[in-house]
Amino acid sequence: MSLSIDVRHRLGSFELEAAFASAGGITAVFGASGCGKTSLVNIIAGLIRPDFARISVGDTVLVDTARGIDVPPHQRRIGYVFQEARLFPHMTVESNLAYGEWFTPKAQRYAARTQILDLLGIAHLLKRRPRDLSGGEKQRVAIGRALLASPRLLLMDEPLASLDAARKAEIMPYLERLRDEVKIPIVYVSHSVAEVMRLATDVAVLSQGKLAAFGPAAEIAQRLDLVPDDEREEGGVIIDMQVAAHDAGFDLTRLASGAGDIYVPGRLGPEGTPARVRIRARDVMLALEEPRNISALNILRGTVAEISSAGPSSVNVRLDCGGAAVVARITRHSASAMGLAPGTPAFAVVKAVSVSGPTAEPH
Amino acid sequence: MTFFSLTPEEWEAVRLSLKVATVAMIASLPVGIAVAWLLARKEFWGKSLLNGIVHLPLVMPPVVTGYLLLLTFGTKGPVGAFLAQFGIVFAFRWTGAALACAVMGFPLLVRAIRLSIEAVDTKLEAASSTLGASALWVFLTVTLPLTLPGIIAGMILCFAKAMGEFGATITFVSNIPGETQTLPTAIYTLTQVPGGDAGALKLTAISIAISLGALLISEFLARRAVQRIAA
Repeated sequence: MSLSIDVRHRLGSFELEAAFASAGGITAVFGASGCGKTSLVNIIAGLIRPDFARISVGDTVLVDTARGIDVPPHQRRIGYVFQEARLFPHMTVESNLAYGEWFTPKAQRYAARTQILDLLGIAHLLKRRPRDLSGGEKQRVAIGRALLASPRLLLMDEPLASLDAARKAEIMPYLERLRDEVKIPIVYVSHSVAEVMRLATDVAVLSQGKLAAFGPAAEIAQRLDLVPDDEREEGGVIIDMQVAAHDAGFDLTRLASGAGDIYVPGRLGPEGTPARVRIRARDVMLALEEPRNISALNILRGTVAEISSAGPSSVNVRLDCGGAAVVARITRHSASAMGLAPGTPAFAVVKAVSVSGPTAEPH
Repeated sequence: MTFFSLTPEEWEAVRLSLKVATVAMIASLPVGIAVAWLLARKEFWGKSLLNGIVHLPLVMPPVVTGYLLLLTFGTKGPVGAFLAQFGIVFAFRWTGAALACAVMGFPLLVRAIRLSIEAVDTKLEAASSTLGASALWVFLTVTLPLTLPGIIAGMILCFAKAMGEFGATITFVSNIPGETQTLPTAIYTLTQVPGGDAGALKLTAISIAISLGALLISEFLARRAVQRIAA
């Protein structure tokens, strides 16, 4: 189901202005804190009344200030997963989960309870109270509560921000299953490059209230200039690939794409399983000739498409590898010594990849 | 007779006091919750004025409150005369004592509930509305249950105030044995007659016991309620 958003809103001296449309999947709203991400989702949810907005999900118009349409929040049927779970402390997990379901008219309920409990792994928590749950469990229950209300759109505002790395790793696979199994659009707010690149179908980049960029995740990933300074090391590309084969002897899985093959450790599922590969720019070396006798498994062939500055001493070199992009961050010195320029054929030696997919083991 | 045996009149005063205090507490509760919610959650013109009026009985001499009640709800008062047409009479009846006690206890009731509502996280209320609850349902399923400890505390304060109310009651409904004579006014009467000391002491002991009991019950209930809602 499609999602279309056009919002203008003034908060004191801060002005939020964003318009984008997505065909479905996870639309990540990415930006540094204070860029207006949370205000944007609060406007979508109806918790903030905007100066101007036109928001629709599928055929349903939720807000159109020009036509005087403003569906009250409790009738929008939007699932909202907050940063701090916000479970009702006076209810059991079971009552929390049933809360939104109860308010949804019977004819509009589509959420299958057992399936959702299963998807989120929370069936064993039903009798507990929110205070007896871990941070990760709380967040999973909050997601379940939002889903059981059979929403037409799911909003997730930094659902992992309050969790430590281990809990994040615990929830990530559930979010991926959600993206692939729940057929409603999801708006996912985050300031983490890693999260966005792993989950997003489309990415909207907000900067000081303005939409700095919008597009498919793979396209936005190449724009390393959009990565904030404190996450500089996380900048890199994503390539959507498929499982081609599994080598049982060495326990390696070969992933194939137009860009070439990538080998990753472990087993990722049967042939044809989609898998998203993320390659950080700092994990890529460049070579002018095909490297031999080298321990690196993954070498992609391409041509230099663009060289852009990445600080006083380094540059980002974007390689076009069979239609997909790979970006390498190398020193300006090396780029000059190698005589790199747009059109130069080169090999990208990939030192590390991270893989995610519906059946990928969390690691 | 022994210390613990009461005369019929003394019994009547105890019984009446409990009745008056209970009715005052229960009747003012819905209004108290509504006013507390308005003061805690809404901004409107005249909010300070409403707050002032609610708290007035706390700072005015009780006799003044009683006299104002007499002027308003007395048989010749504007409200009293109007209500009398429907057979509702407050002046010199036990219902009048309950009204006086309710008015005197109201600020304490509202204050406790208001503080408790203000402590409820509005983020939980927002979460509830995104899950499909209308404003009324948000209040009934989230705000009210989380306010329960404050409601209990407010009810007990109101009850205790009603048990001890003297000035407004005696001014508004006088001190008629069997109709408006509550524990405090009965004690007062006994201290004014020769040989009434023993009776006054008995009623004083009962007064202390009831107040203490109410406090203990409220402590117990509030602790249970807090445990239930603790995050």
